[in-house]
Amino acid sequence: MITGYAVAVALCSLAVAVWAFVLVARNRPPKKPLLTGLAVIEVLLLAQVVISVVLLIGGDRPGSMVTFIAYLVGSLLVLPIATVWALAERTRSATAILGVACVTVPVLILRMSEVWGGASA
Amino acid sequence: MVRVPEEAKQTTEEQPATASGPGRVLIAIYAIFAVGATSRAAVQIATRFDEAPIPYLLSAFAAVVYLLATFALARKGIGWWRVALAACSVELAGVLIVGTLSVFDTAAFPDAAVWSNFGMGYLFIPLVLPVVGLLWLRKTHPRSEAEITRTRR
Repeated sequence: MITGYAVAVALCSLAVAVWAFVLVARNRPPKKPLLTGLAVIEVLLLAQVVISVVLLIGGDRPGSMVTFIAYLVGSLLVLPIATVWALAERTRSATAILGVACVTVPVLILRMSEVWGGASA
Repeated sequence: MVRVPEEAKQTTEEQPATASGPGRVLIAIYAIFAVGATSRAAVQIATRFDEAPIPYLLSAFAAVVYLLATFALARKGIGWWRVALAACSVELAGVLIVGTLSVFDTAAFPDAAVWSNFGMGYLFIPLVLPVVGLLWLRKTHPRSEAEITRTRR
């Protein structure tokens, strides 16, 4: 993992989370701009996976390969699943769900980097 | 003539009240904890069960409770409402009991499980979640039409 990039993705995701919660406070259902924000985070996460896979092929080894890959896959699934669940009922609660999902991403990145740094779980 | 509208009303009463509005946010958070706790417990038990069997078994138990709560809250009907109530109650009892034990007997809890120290490692969300869940369940109690007519009589 490239620490700088991971931090940047985490911060971007947090920014979108703040944006979502501001919309929740203003009683707004999720609209296209916010969903575009989530899509950008998803692309950044996809790039993160590519970077990690390249580093793994290059010989880098995390503390636990299984755990690391689980976090890697999990980080790609959070936003799409949350979006499907949110858009089934387009209210301010849907916007809140997207906010929660965006907070989850930095948590996953933090745990992922701990595992990358040698932690076993 | 009387039966038909009554039945129709009963179906509207059975809509998944727990899975609408703010309940959907609650379910999303429960789902995150369910997936997280399940995968963490699976790795702990599969790779280093001998290190700390009690906390790891408790992690697995917590995972089951979270899974159950997630599914029950997302389903409609009084039956699932009751399952959700049971799950949230067990969850609250669990976090309080395990939390207290882990504070007083640190030796038995060398590795942080989800409910250790009242879920401190998870920003106390495990402590707040069942309380919010129980409050939400109280608000969405699915009183069936039959029950209402029974009390009227």
